[in-house]
Amino acid sequence: MLGYILRRILTMIPTLLVISMLVFVIIQLPPGDYLESHIAELQSQGESVDENKIQFLREQYGLDKPLLHQYWVWLSGMLQGDFGYSFEYDLPVTEVVGDRLFLTIIISIATILFTWMVAFPIGIYSATHQYSWGDYGLSTLGFLGLATPNFLLALVMLYFANVYFGTSIGGLMDPEYIDAPWSIDKLVSILEHLWIPVIVIGTSGTAGMIRRLRANLLDELQKQYVTTGRAKGLPPGKLLTKYPLRVALNFFVADIGNLLPTVISGAEIVAVVMSLPTTGPILLSALQSQDMYLAGSFLMFLAVLTVVGVLVSDIALALLDPRVRLGGGVSK
Amino acid sequence: MLEVNNLAVDFDLQGSPVPALKDVSFKVNQGETVALVGESGSGKSVTSQAIMGILPRNATIRAGEILFNSPETGQRVDIAQLDPESPQMRQIRGGSISIIFQEPMTSLSPVHTIGDQISEALFLHRDASREEGMKLTEAMLQQVGFAEPSRALNMFPFELSGGLRQRAMIAMAMICHPSLMIADEPTTALDVTIQARILKLIRELQAELGMALLLITHDLGVVANMAEQVVVMYHGRVMEAGPLKHLFENPQHEYLKALMHAVPRFDLKPGERLVPVREIHSETGALIDKHPSDQLPNASEPHLRVKDLSKTYHLHGGNWSSSKTRQLLAVDQVSFEVERGECFGVVGESGCGKTTLSKIIMRAITPDQGDIIYHDGRQAIDVRALDGDDLLAFRRNMQFIFQDPYSALNPRMTVFDILREPLVVHDKGDMDYQREMATELMRLVGMDPRFLNRYPHSFSGGQRQRIGIARALALQPALIICDEPVSALDVSIQAQVLNLLKDLQQELGLTYIFISHNLAVIHYIANRIAVMCRGRIVELAPRDRLFENPVHPYTQALLSAVPHPELSQPLSFEAITESAASEPALWQFPFTIAGIEKTDFMDLGDGHFVRVAVGSKPSDLAA
Repeated sequence: MLGYILRRILTMIPTLLVISMLVFVIIQLPPGDYLESHIAELQSQGESVDENKIQFLREQYGLDKPLLHQYWVWLSGMLQGDFGYSFEYDLPVTEVVGDRLFLTIIISIATILFTWMVAFPIGIYSATHQYSWGDYGLSTLGFLGLATPNFLLALVMLYFANVYFGTSIGGLMDPEYIDAPWSIDKLVSILEHLWIPVIVIGTSGTAGMIRRLRANLLDELQKQYVTTGRAKGLPPGKLLTKYPLRVALNFFVADIGNLLPTVISGAEIVAVVMSLPTTGPILLSALQSQDMYLAGSFLMFLAVLTVVGVLVSDIALALLDPRVRLGGGVSK
Repeated sequence: MLEVNNLAVDFDLQGSPVPALKDVSFKVNQGETVALVGESGSGKSVTSQAIMGILPRNATIRAGEILFNSPETGQRVDIAQLDPESPQMRQIRGGSISIIFQEPMTSLSPVHTIGDQISEALFLHRDASREEGMKLTEAMLQQVGFAEPSRALNMFPFELSGGLRQRAMIAMAMICHPSLMIADEPTTALDVTIQARILKLIRELQAELGMALLLITHDLGVVANMAEQVVVMYHGRVMEAGPLKHLFENPQHEYLKALMHAVPRFDLKPGERLVPVREIHSETGALIDKHPSDQLPNASEPHLRVKDLSKTYHLHGGNWSSSKTRQLLAVDQVSFEVERGECFGVVGESGCGKTTLSKIIMRAITPDQGDIIYHDGRQAIDVRALDGDDLLAFRRNMQFIFQDPYSALNPRMTVFDILREPLVVHDKGDMDYQREMATELMRLVGMDPRFLNRYPHSFSGGQRQRIGIARALALQPALIICDEPVSALDVSIQAQVLNLLKDLQQELGLTYIFISHNLAVIHYIANRIAVMCRGRIVELAPRDRLFENPVHPYTQALLSAVPHPELSQPLSFEAITESAASEPALWQFPFTIAGIEKTDFMDLGDGHFVRVAVGSKPSDLAA
């Protein structure tokens, strides 16, 4: 088991290396660099450009050097914890991201928990009461959730939250707490605002998970071993949780690896619409303005999350399912 | 103890009730074995589900009663009136009445240990501490024949063979010492030698614990060896019931008589035909001719010659973290010849390599070594050397009939498209020819050509298998490989398809390679038979020689394990030992392969060969 995990971690290294190359190449793909688009923007606004400063920055960050060299500087910097410098914000990347990353993680975790808490009971109910009115009603709701665009839902929710609860529009906290030091009041304010983006971001994922859980559980409920359990005289509730639900969990665990990046990257448009202080909007603008170190660090962060998530779900799957753990490549 | 009176069960299919059981009545006395016999769809399983209170959701008990006298409590309850989920019913289920199912592969949860699943029933119904429970479970596992019960407790079902899984299932049903056990086709999915051991085990346990057994089966051979009372069901009704001896010697009802005649038996006289419950008529037409074997210049050459075929599979190691590979000899130095116009039988248990062998001959799997020489009557063709267009052209000579008629036909193609496909692939004839050919093929397998526009799902298993046969005949091959063509079919249908294959062979002058695990079927259809075990042919002989004078210990074990549907030839349960006859390491000299480099066929005369260690003499065989 330990050997397996070690081997998996070792194979993560080349994977991440290839991703870093791809990220770098894609960011560099549009003609020019940040400084050029910056100059163009300033000139179009009729402002003068300080040639000296431009030249200094260019040399400082090696933008005049060949691509390979730039890549190396970026990569070796990252390994030492230096994620580079954001041109747009005139700050080191770590400082730009800072709090935002923390809030992003809070929102993501809350969204995932929300998804599970809602999807699980509904999925189980739908599967065990197949073709009942409850199943039909919840399925319809689920489809509505799948079909409604997130940004639309965001606007509607903002409106109602403001009208009925007096929550301020946009953001993750009341305006007076922005840039204020952490305090109990600030936390309360965040929690007050948190549920809207969580519902908005989580809806479609929840709806999808309900459908998948229902389908998987229905498959399992048909299996012979469930009848065996019934024939033993197991009460229905225990029968359901011990056998079919346990097996149906496999898909769910296998999904964890995809969950993190989907939640984080899926939240970006919502974050822009709701002007959330998360990482989404920055990533978007960084990509637009070719703020390469900022964008690159973000994308690498997502990549690491994905790779680690997949590893975690693989290990969890092996712990959960003896066929994965002991079966090896033996087929019947 | 159990009394079923006028039981009627309806299934609700899209709003309209379809009766599954009509007026079913029978009794099971304490300690007695009652067999419920019938083909699939006759309502045997529904009856057992009704008794257990585990009917599917869309089924309802419309009328009748299921009276159960619990010997422990002395109470008499009507199960039909109980709510299936009531505590009282749950106590009966698993506690007083237990059940074992047909499929040991799917009847156990894949993610729980054997010990957990078996002890669960005990903890539900009996007061036992965790420790006691595990001890009892271990003892039960020992009793059902696990060699290392303490290790088996922590094993998962997928780590066990089919036979051991069924033993675990039996242990689970027995752990609470129920007064009635229902066995729903307990051995149908198992090999014949394992079947005999499981039947023996059930009998022993039954005698030991004094419980009653309700045995559900379609196999009259099993019935003849196990039952005291027999209930014959057909279309949801009880056709006939009575003591075994009475029913077998003097069947009254037409259906039971027909069923008895449809079962292949070893004592059929030469030329005697099985009588299917429903006869079909095959008609030949103008397009498909008999293969003119006497006009061929080299007709006496063997039709197919297989020499030294071997195939090894490499499996990944048993543990997910290791990268070791295990080698599995699927086919090992197999050599035989098939004469023109004969039916060459290959018999063996699951995993013996017979299907791999057939696929190698068809060029679907590439062997590691060996030769396949096909002789079309004019010239010899090296099948392994064929390539591209030559291979395509060669495939017209040799066709395949598959085991599972349900998955062998594409559900999205009409029967016409299915029959036409080989003709299209081989670019034979225009649309008119193909239509005429399809019509003729349908008549040939005794089906109405008007069915050509239907899709496979509207046919029964037997009809689908006939469509599969028609497809194999479309290119007018000379050699057909039949891989277990009747093992998925009911006994009554089985006779029908076997007769059809026999007739077609006569009329069209075909050569068959017939693969089966069922010795009675092989006996009925084959002229010469090869017995395979662990990838090797251990014995090869003309049919009568093999059945009268089996030499190899494996063949002997195989033959002695077959339950005959005759009261005069009971299985000798005493002779069935726990040691696996399919384990080559246990064979005695000269058959042993342990520590011996090479084995070879010994010629016993009259085309009878047996595999022995190189250098052994015929006199060794007697020892």
